[in-house]
Formats: sequence, C-alpha cells, structure tokens
Amino acid sequence: MEKMVGQRIKRKEDPKLITGNGMYLDDMKIPGLLHASIVRSPHPHANIVSIDKEKALKHPGVVAVYTGKDLEGKINPVPTSWKVPGMDLIETKQYPLAINTARYVGDGVAMVVADSKYTARDAAELIEVDYEVLPSIANQKEARKDGAPQIYDEVPGNVAFKYVAGEVTDEDLENAEVVMKGSYNTQRVAPSPMETRNSLAQYNPGSGDLKLYVGSQNPHIHRMVLSEVLNFPEHKLHVKVADMGGGFGGKIGVYPDEALVSYASMDLKRPVKWVETRNEHFQSANAGRDMMVDLELAGTKDGKITALRAVNHANIGAYLATFGPGNPTIDFGLMLSGAYKIEKAQCTTYGMYTNTMSVDSYRGAGKPEVTFMLERAVDDFARKINMDPIEVRRINFASKEEFPFTNAQGLIYDSGDYVKALDRAVEKSDYHALRQKQEELREEGRYIGIGISSYVELSGFGPSAVAGAIGFQGGIWENSTVRVHPGGTVTVYTGTSPHGQGHDTTFSQIVKDKLGIPYEDINFVFNDTRAVSMGWGTYGSRSLAVGGNAVGLATDKVVEKGRRIAAHLLEAEVEDIEFEEGVYSVRDDNSRRKTFQEIAKAANFAWSLPEGMEPGLEEQTFFDPSNFTYPFGTHIAVVEVDIETGEIEILRYIAVDDSGKIVNPTVAEGQILGGIAQGVGQALWEGVQYDEKGQLQSGSFMDYAMPKANFFPKIEMEFTETLSPVNQLGSKGVAESGTTGSIAAAANAVMDALAPLGVKHIELPLKPEKVWRAIQKGGAES
Amino acid sequence: MNNELVNVSITLNGEKVSAEVEPRMLLIHFIRDIMNATGSHIGCDTSQCGNCTILVDGRSTKSCTVLAVHADETEVITVEGIGTTENLHPIQKAFWEEHGLQCGYCTPGAMMASIDFLSQNPDPTDDEIREGLDGIICRCTGYEFIVNAVRSAAKMMNDDSAVKGEV
Repeated sequence: MEKMVGQRIKRKEDPKLITGNGMYLDDMKIPGLLHASIVRSPHPHANIVSIDKEKALKHPGVVAVYTGKDLEGKINPVPTSWKVPGMDLIETKQYPLAINTARYVGDGVAMVVADSKYTARDAAELIEVDYEVLPSIANQKEARKDGAPQIYDEVPGNVAFKYVAGEVTDEDLENAEVVMKGSYNTQRVAPSPMETRNSLAQYNPGSGDLKLYVGSQNPHIHRMVLSEVLNFPEHKLHVKVADMGGGFGGKIGVYPDEALVSYASMDLKRPVKWVETRNEHFQSANAGRDMMVDLELAGTKDGKITALRAVNHANIGAYLATFGPGNPTIDFGLMLSGAYKIEKAQCTTYGMYTNTMSVDSYRGAGKPEVTFMLERAVDDFARKINMDPIEVRRINFASKEEFPFTNAQGLIYDSGDYVKALDRAVEKSDYHALRQKQEELREEGRYIGIGISSYVELSGFGPSAVAGAIGFQGGIWENSTVRVHPGGTVTVYTGTSPHGQGHDTTFSQIVKDKLGIPYEDINFVFNDTRAVSMGWGTYGSRSLAVGGNAVGLATDKVVEKGRRIAAHLLEAEVEDIEFEEGVYSVRDDNSRRKTFQEIAKAANFAWSLPEGMEPGLEEQTFFDPSNFTYPFGTHIAVVEVDIETGEIEILRYIAVDDSGKIVNPTVAEGQILGGIAQGVGQALWEGVQYDEKGQLQSGSFMDYAMPKANFFPKIEMEFTETLSPVNQLGSKGVAESGTTGSIAAAANAVMDALAPLGVKHIELPLKPEKVWRAIQKGGAES
Repeated sequence: MNNELVNVSITLNGEKVSAEVEPRMLLIHFIRDIMNATGSHIGCDTSQCGNCTILVDGRSTKSCTVLAVHADETEVITVEGIGTTENLHPIQKAFWEEHGLQCGYCTPGAMMASIDFLSQNPDPTDDEIREGLDGIICRCTGYEFIVNAVRSAAKMMNDDSAVKGEV
C-alpha cells in the first residue's frame, strides 16, 4: 500500500472548524463565570500617584477591583525564560500590575472583575488613576545616548544586556579590497493572530486545583512559569489550550494577564475569563522584530565576502519577554553569515529597554531580521562590485559537499544544497529573461525590480544540551505516548501545541504508515498539561522535526512490543515475525498471523503474554535530537514601482524552499504561503508606530496595515528535498521559512527597481509615500 | 446609559429566537453569548477583520458593527446554518478540500462573505475573488488557498445548478 507520508491528505481538523463546532476559549461558558477587564496606562512612562477605585466598586455587578499595591507580595514578577550566559543581563521586575511606575502604553495598573463583560468594561472606565508623567523614549538607539530618559534607576543607559558573538578585527575590514557599510533595520510589527490573547481560570476551592485555559503555544512552559509567579504547585495547576486562532510567536510569552486572572479566580473562588480586545492586543501583546542593525561587510572585487561585523540595537521593550533576550543574540547573532561560507563574523547586540511593549519571538524570531540584513547587503555588495546578485550568492554559498557545515560563529548546519534551490528559482522565474525584460521596460520609463533572497534557518528546536548552553530556561526535547486501546484504535499524546499547523493530520500520517491501521483509528491529544506528561510546545519550527519524530519513535516501540506478543502467541522466534499493513506474520508461513487489533486485545487482556512482560500496549518516547535542522531556499520577487505615486505592485513571486522530507505537501505549502504573506507584509505594509516618546499610534487595524487577499499575486512555489540526518523522518522546520525568505526578496526587488534612479535605501515598510519621497530625492536619500 | 432592556427577535438559522437585551448590545454578542451560536468570531473592534461576518436577510454583514436591536425581525444565517458535517455546503466542502483554513478562526466569516460574494458574482475571476475577500483578514493562509476554495465552490455551485436545470 502507498505510504501516507508524502501525500496530500485533507485535514482531520477541518470538519469541526468549517461547521462552527470549534471550541475557542471565548466560546466557553462555565456556571458562575466572571469577566475581567484590565485598566492600562495611557502614558509611556508615569508614576502612579493614586488610584481611586471606589466608583468602580460601587458599580452594580462589580465583584472586585485589584491594583498593583493590592497584589504586592501576593504575585511574583513575571520572569524572562531566556538568559544567555555572558550577556550580563539586568532583569527588571515585571509585576502583573504596575505598583509604582507604568513603563509603556498598555502597562496594566488595575483589573476589574464583574458579572458581565459589558459591566467589567463600564467599571474600568470609572477607575481614576492619578499619574505623574515622566520623561520617556521609544527608540532604542536614542535610548543609549547620554542624557536619554532613564527607564530604571538600576539600568544605566537603559542597556538590559550586551552580547558579543564571534570576532572580526579592524584589520579584517581595513585590509579588504571592498568594504561596505549599511544600516538594515527591521521595524516593529505585531504578530496579530486573528484570535487575540485570552485566559479563563477556574479554581476549585474543594480540590485546590487551578485549571487555566490560556491562549498559549506552550502550555507546559505556562504551567512551569506561572507556578513560580503564583507560588502555586505545578501538580495542582492544570493548563489547557482550547482551539486557538493562531499564535505566530505572540502566544509563546507568559504574560501578566493570565497570572492576574488566575489570582482573581483563587481569590474570588469563581471562574474568571479575560479576552483581550484588538486595541489592547496592539498595546500589550509582545511585538516582533524592532532591530536596528549597522553592518560592515568586507569582500573581494571578484565577489567573495570575507567578513561581516554587525552591531544590533535590539529594542526589547519595557520588560524582558519570555524569549526576548534570545532572539537578537542567538537566533540573529549566530546566524549572521547565513547560507554563506564567510570566514569571520561578529555580532554585538545591545538589548535596550525603552518605553514600549516588550518584544518577543515573532514568526522566524531573529532569522527574518538577519536574513533581511544579509540578503539586502549581498545585493548592495553585488551592485557595488557590478556583479549579478545571483553570481555573488553562488560564489559564497557553502557547497553541498561541506555538510555538516560549521558557520562563522560555530553553528553546525545539518544538511543543505543551496545551489539546487537557487538554480530552481532562477529557472522557474526565467531570471535571465526577466533581466532582459527589465532593461526593455526601463526604456519605456517603467521600473520593474527583481529581488533575490537565499536564506538558511535555525529551526527544529532542538538539542536540550544546547538549550542549556545558550541559557534557554527549559529543555527542547519532545515526548510522545502512544496508547493502544483493547479494540486496536490508538490515542497519541504529544507535547507540541498545534493551533492551525495541522499536527493532527500530519502526525496521524506518520502513525498510520507505521501501524497500518485505518487512519480514522488514530486520535491525538495535545495542549493539555494533565494528559501530556511534559512537552515544550510549538515555536521555532520544531513540531514536526522534534514532536513528529517523537511520535514516530514511540509508535516504533509499540510495533516492537506487539512483535514480541505475536511471536509468543504464534509460537515463533521474535526475529521471524514480520509486520506489514497492520498484520504480524511468521516469515515463510503467512497463514500464521495476528492482526494489530488482535495483538492490542491480547496485550490489554494479558491472558497470555511472554514471560515477564507487563500488560498493556502503551509506549512513551522522549526524543532529544542531536542538532537543530536548517531549512533553506531561494525566493525571487518581481515588482513594478509606479514612480509617479510610489506604489508597488508585486508582479510575480517565486519560492523554492527545502524543508527536508515533506509529510503533507498541501499543509507545507499552506505554511509557506502564510509565511510569505507575513514577510512581504513586513517589507511593504505593516508597522507598529510609536511617537518618539512612546505614545502608541497604531492601535487598531485601521492604523496597522494587515495584508489582504488582493495585495498578492498567485505564489509560484515548489520544494526541493534535502533530508536532515538528525531525525528519523529527515524533516526540517517549514513554518517560518516563508517569512524568513520573503522580507529581503520583496525589499530587494523594490531597491532593484529604483537603482537606476539613484535610490539606495528606504526604511521598511516600503509604503508609497516613503518610496515617492525617495524617488524625488534620488541619490540624495541614501 | 440606558439600562432598559428591549426585546430582539430574529430568525436564526431558520429558528425564531428572542431575548430581552440592552439596547447597546452588539449583534455578534447577541448571537454568541445569548443564543450560544459561537461559530462566528470576533477578531477586532473596528470592523476591519470580518471574522464576525454573517448573513442578515441574505447579505453579508459584519455583526460587530450592528446592534442587536437593528437586526430585530431579520433573518440571520451563521456558519451553523449553512451545512452539517454530513451535508456540507459547497463553500465548506471547498474550504476543506483546498486547505482554505489553518487555525479556523476567520473561516466562518470568510465563508459567509464568500457565499454572499458568489451570489452576486457566480463565476468570478481570481482577481475578482481577491477583491471580493477585501473585507476579511486572515493571518494564517496568505489567502491563496482561500481564493482556490472560493473558485472551487463557485464551480461546484454552478455544476450543481446546471444539474438542477436539467431536471
């Protein structure tokens, strides 16, 4: 029978979601349910002089009002979970409600709990907070200057951490034939899952159990961290995730809000629900990117890049987010040289406190930023030495014979064939014809641009020993239990936490191939800290590469135990038992056979098992991979810029990605497509805006440009398949590749279009007004 | 604030329902919180995302933008009223077959908007579909497979009516 892995299987998840039978957090009702609303600071930086909650407390339907002072000593600060050794981190205290000082627009200062959500919001309006406004600052480079407003007394110069990875000396640069400098900044964006953040806490005063439903990509991390924040034991804290409407990194973080809701439920002994509004999401959900990068690139006139030296000013916001310190230092800093064999690379990162919302992982988490820097720089370098950008990439790529390949800063890439993906993209786009067409159109006064981006990603998190070495406060292995019921159907438990990625379908394909039982007989349980023993969640494109492989390995153990039972029942040697298509049989005598279902029953009944064997058919695996996986690819964008208006039209977009073994091409394509929309969105439209003092100016979808259907052409995509040697499937991450590859492709295309007009640089996002202004100034802009 | 409750009666997915509610109550809250039809979702607070889109008297409507009282005496259809798992509406079938959803949160709104769009333009081009989806924000799919789904649903519905025409 044909294997299911590799097939386009329709998703198992969908029937309930397309019929309105999904159960998202806000769909849940519990008797006695209360609703919370959080009062947030309208100032970027202010002392809280007083809070008058009397009017709110008198409002009919209001059950409680909490302020930071009320909770002092009762809830601990929410910590970061990534402390890189050697970064001299100054971690400040993020109390769930600000006690004396609010440090960004959206910092919680009070919480109202009431009998309906309308009442809770009415009462929140009645809370009067007297603020003493303090000097404030939003820009991370400005924040490091002498005389800048100080956000914490204990953090001189607002530097939360400084971290240096790799070494490039002045001589390395001075002695080079070509030296180039440039600034490559990725602006702050909002992850913006369509379902905002939320939580529903239900404390049972009888059992002492606290059940918390929360919008989380990693419920076990939530349990671990909240247990500390709430002084509440892990074994009594049950964290669950309902159907969840996207995450994109925005729901990795453990936030003050879920701690507050949990506390209120314990204090009031009633269930409490909080659902963030979209406006609140822009204020108080972790943002992404916001890295200002100054790069020096050294190379030869014939196209070889010899050294990269970068200084990254990373805006980390007013408080450290859960993974905040790791993204600029590790994901960005250690991937500086990308897909290229460059001798030397150095990245110095300044993690800067500012009066803005915290910055955490957002789809790609450091890799899109570093790829944007590097691929924009490679194009600028190519232009400087007058060489085709495709050629510069080809000259500098690590070649496929060099894998496992150690990059300039010591990361070991598992496998790769960068030339193959580039060649396919060149061929698919008909690159050379495009260049010719571009020349012809320029004669007519039309400006099309061709942008290339060749990326490699650190994904599939990952080996736990490395997690320890880089200060990630947890493991990054994955666990799976395969439980076989007496009738032969199967329930599988694993610690990745899907919210749209289709794990139910793709993981079932893996199990189906191994057990040979009907696909419908396989069921999955995710997102539940009581059902799943332990797990580390879904981020870093790790679910298939780590979790999917854990599922496969646990299934193998089930097959092996079944083989021993079959040998016993068939009175044969274990080595002589074959297992195919769900049937155990004796080699050379197919009439002696037991179906998987028969073995399931025999194992569970335990009437006759091999000597010493325990009953049941249930196996667990903990899979800790030996390395990360490194997906790669080349994207080519073709745009036309209307130089009268600055408007950009994407004419074509070609994506060739390599994520190793693809389990379900349709699902993988969906991941790439969604990723591209977010990356191109960052390049052309999206951006969180603060004024210089930190007043938020983009508080809704009216001010924040989300990509829409008519912004894109049909994406021309395909996969090459270079297997990873570090897991059984040979799979790599896929979910972040589209984003990582696409920011630079789109931006390079625009800069390529404008090159003849003397425009060399425009800050992202490339909105028509900025493009138009740059065209007007011509070379003067750069 | 006027706290006096008012009666709102609508036909929800073919069934007459009514309740006394605050006059300021949004239609989406009436449907979700009072009538427990939670298939329609809320994705923003400024009428951009269209995740709450339903049909009011046959036309697609962002139900976060309408007060429940405004919908009094109307016929409302939500995702729960277009098909069942045993008997899917062509738009549901097409979203499933074409992988038109990932997290599924915007999906009910996107499907309801598409039903109205196809009733206005039964044989659209891809560009017209992309324009027709302007009222919907989806963060997962990059829209391409939603476009494929709407095109596929159009074909199914056209083939369907062609068959019925012959009978």
